[in-house]
Amino acid sequence: MKISVIKNILEANDRIAQENRTIFDEKGLMVINLMSSPGAGKTCLLEKTVDALKDDLRIGVIEGDVQSSQDAERIAKSGIPVVQINTGGACHLDGNMIRDTFQEFNFDALDLLVVENVGNLVCPAEFKVGEDFKAMILSVTEGDDKPAKYPLMFHESKVLLINKIDLLPYVDCSIEKIREEALKINPHMIMFEISCKTGEGLEAWYAWLKQETKSRRSA
Amino acid sequence: MVILFWKVRRLFMHEMSIAQNLIEIIKDEMIRHDAKALKSALLHVGQLTAIVPESLSFCFEVMTSGTEMEGAELIIEIIPLKAMCRECEKTFEVQDYAFECPYCGSSDIETVAGQDLSIVEMEVN
Ligand SMILES: Nc1nc2c(ncn2[C@@H]2O[C@H](COP(=O)(O)OP(=O)(O)OP(=O)(O)O)[C@@H](O)[C@H]2O)c(=O)[nH]1
Ligand SMILES: [Mg+2]
Ligand SMILES: [Zn+2]
Repeated sequence: MKISVIKNILEANDRIAQENRTIFDEKGLMVINLMSSPGAGKTCLLEKTVDALKDDLRIGVIEGDVQSSQDAERIAKSGIPVVQINTGGACHLDGNMIRDTFQEFNFDALDLLVVENVGNLVCPAEFKVGEDFKAMILSVTEGDDKPAKYPLMFHESKVLLINKIDLLPYVDCSIEKIREEALKINPHMIMFEISCKTGEGLEAWYAWLKQETKSRRSA
Repeated sequence: MVILFWKVRRLFMHEMSIAQNLIEIIKDEMIRHDAKALKSALLHVGQLTAIVPESLSFCFEVMTSGTEMEGAELIIEIIPLKAMCRECEKTFEVQDYAFECPYCGSSDIETVAGQDLSIVEMEVN
């Protein structure tokens, strides 16, 4: 016997992500799903951003890692609310894991919640958590062929932060090529060239993020 | 040149959660239709997903062994990436992930197919 089904396989997660989204919307909270391969600089960027925008935005962070709480400890030093999720092997965060953190936050006291996803250029792009948008980091040490190799993540992300530009003199990586290839996959992608080490380019990112969060909150 | 394809365990985790979701959906449908065994399931997997079909089949096989789904075949149909231009309203197949209209050059385009990840049909006994 044949049964016609026609169901989205990730429907269960999509539904929970949508429920999360409804809660974020009610609270006027902007939520960013931050993704990259391991070590591209997600936690460094968050440390810098939290530090620079402390007086402008009330930021909370969810740290996702397979194991260890080192990233959350780094963020906690800046005194903002942070929750660590250990996925115990899963290569991505999902809607359920994010929902489990809600009791740890007071969303009324936050403007922006950043979810640092598990370091991975493939899987996190497939699972919504209820975010307003996805942002990704690509560091120049990873090479300029990455957009073509990981099209889904580049297609799904609204923002691309090209990090570690202080290392450009030491690696064969063309920023122009990254920009070109990324725009091919995602013509509306917003890009920043930054160094979390020297601070170069970060001002533009801070200004954009501040503006984006404010307009989200007044929407 | 020889290319050896290793199935990296980390990638498996991804297809494992997808297989898990799939199994839940099939289980529900089997109960609803009072089915005893699963023979096959037809999936639509879009070209713009991060799914490796072989990994998904492998995960499904491992995770269903010893259940009423054991031995069932996953038929995975890859759905090509298609988009529609909002400028000239033509529909086209996206080549090499280049999101640009081949007719008028506009990049104001909308993906209309190729992001699917769905179960379409199943055959049961
Ligand atoms: N030279 C240089 N190093 C950087 C820069 N940004 C980050 N790093 C270094 O890159 C390493 C990884 O940075 P993290 O911020 O921990 O990276 P991550 O993406 O959070 O890593 P995971 O959470 O493990 O996936 C650290 O040793 C940083 O000091 C940069 O702009 N330039
Ligand atoms: Mg980190
Ligand atoms: Zn056109």
